[in-house]
Amino acid sequence: MGRYVIRRLLQMIPVFIGSTFLIFFMVYALGDPVAALFGDKAPDPATAARIRKELYLDEPLWKQYLHYMGQILTGDFGTAFNGQKVTELMASAFPVTLRLTLVALLFEVVVGIVLGVLSGLRRGRSVDTTVLLLTLIVVSIPTFVSGYVLQFLIGVKWGAVTPAVSPYAPFDELILPGVVLALTSLAYVTRLTRTTIAENSRADYIRTAVAKGLPRHRVVTRHLLRNSLIPVVTFIGTDVGALMGGAIVTERIFNIHGVGYQLYQGILRQNSPTVVGFVTILVIVFLLANLLVDLLYAVLDPRIRYA
Amino acid sequence: MEHQRDQPVTLLDVRDLQVEFHTRDGVAKAVNGVNYSVDPGETLAVLGESGSGKSVTAQAVMGILDSPPGRITGGQVLFRGEDLLTMGAETRRRIRGAKMSMIFQDALSALNPVMSVGAQLAEMYEVHDGMTRKDSRAKAVQLMDRVRIPAAKDRVGDYPHQFSGGMRQRIMIAMALALEPDLVIADEPTTALDVTVQAQVMDLLAELQREYNMGLILITHDLGVVADVADKIAVMYAGRIVETAPVHELYAAPAHPYTRGLLDSIPRLDQKGRQLYAIKGLPPNLTAIPPGCPFNPRCPMAQDICRTDRPPLFAVAHGRASACHFWKETLDER
Repeated sequence: MGRYVIRRLLQMIPVFIGSTFLIFFMVYALGDPVAALFGDKAPDPATAARIRKELYLDEPLWKQYLHYMGQILTGDFGTAFNGQKVTELMASAFPVTLRLTLVALLFEVVVGIVLGVLSGLRRGRSVDTTVLLLTLIVVSIPTFVSGYVLQFLIGVKWGAVTPAVSPYAPFDELILPGVVLALTSLAYVTRLTRTTIAENSRADYIRTAVAKGLPRHRVVTRHLLRNSLIPVVTFIGTDVGALMGGAIVTERIFNIHGVGYQLYQGILRQNSPTVVGFVTILVIVFLLANLLVDLLYAVLDPRIRYA
Repeated sequence: MEHQRDQPVTLLDVRDLQVEFHTRDGVAKAVNGVNYSVDPGETLAVLGESGSGKSVTAQAVMGILDSPPGRITGGQVLFRGEDLLTMGAETRRRIRGAKMSMIFQDALSALNPVMSVGAQLAEMYEVHDGMTRKDSRAKAVQLMDRVRIPAAKDRVGDYPHQFSGGMRQRIMIAMALALEPDLVIADEPTTALDVTVQAQVMDLLAELQREYNMGLILITHDLGVVADVADKIAVMYAGRIVETAPVHELYAAPAHPYTRGLLDSIPRLDQKGRQLYAIKGLPPNLTAIPPGCPFNPRCPMAQDICRTDRPPLFAVAHGRASACHFWKETLDER
């Protein structure tokens, strides 16, 4: 197990280098950051050249990349155009997004699994059909539609929640955005749970459990759920990474100053240090989440052993 | 079959059991009026091809029939004189596993893959006897010892995939016998095992049966297994019992052409080099069982009456019955 973890961590290094270089390259391709710094005005050629020299922008791309990576390793993510350190931006943005992700995840796990189990156990009945139809509708509606509609209905028209989230983004204000963020994943969790429950409830070991004279709730919780939730846990694990980075639309709708918001601003203003820095962190989060899922897999299913 | 009400109640008495499956192709009549009984300490072997209804009958008796699509449409299952089919679900659950239990064919798929065998064994005591986790674990180790699993104490926390096929089947047996039930139904308990292991497992089962004086229903299509352990045999075909007899009488002289076909299709050393006998044709489609005797399209002795009149079970001798119009002729041919 220990050796497996070490091997996986080592494997992350090339993935990390490859993906960060790709991001670096793409941001580079976006256009000239110095020109962006000056906004609509044409930059003074001498000043522009000086800034280029200061920021190593006159060097070839691979040298710029090496320089950047060297700085990152010492914990220096550079400075955004407004003079704020990128690490400061991260310190304010990541906790907010983390809270939003937690709310979304909680909703996705609890509601998704409950609905999935209910419909899986009653497959073909009206509960099942209704849930399936609902998930289909939810999956078909893009977040920017469901987000604005729910914000308008619940936030503006009925006034049940504040439509925009305040800068510090406390948990209670994040409930509606969290639900919006979770909707698509929720539908997938529901469907995945339903399928595995329906499949496993016909398994031989479930018949054995019934033949042992176990009460129904014990058959379901001890035997059926434990086996059915393995793929669901895997999905949820990888979804953590996706939720952290995929909140751009949701954060924009509800004016949440999290990772998605900063990324959006960064891209809009060609603020390359912010974009590259944030995405780099997201890459790490994603890689770690995947490793965690693989390790969890071995804990949940004793048939899987890593060496 | 006749039932005598004044005699002491039999352990299990299945009367005129009927089971249907609702499928896309129509209603499959899987069990069509099966009667059999088992006394304490007695072994009944239920013999038949796949699809003859032998497993479905057992599942109906245990109350683990998949329903839907399966449905019991008639008959009685009397366990110590009480009808299991009209009993409340909770009462029946308490009987299941404790008073009557079942051993399945493929222990690898019949045991929960993500639960240790110890936990699966201990569960029996926790649920039926209300035992604490610690006590039930100790009982689980005893059980594993009892079915002769080496180093039971060290292996109680292992998972099913860590055991060999024979050891897994021993765990299945241990689980079925945990609460010393009165009746055990073993559905092809050795089919998935190597021949050498088959004999060991069968011996163990027979030994434990004697020790606890259990009634045993042994479902199999293996005539070799039956001869050694069974007291009586019920041969099933197309959801019906076509012949019942004490085991040695049936082997000596079958009273149904189907039974004879089965016996003739066993490879024998003294017939080495000769072509092995096979019953012609296939078992009938259960959604369209032929009129008359269901075996008539495959029967070498079929006459006109076989295609029109369904033969009842004729009493052949004491404790023997055959559902063949020509049982006398079949008996004499031997």
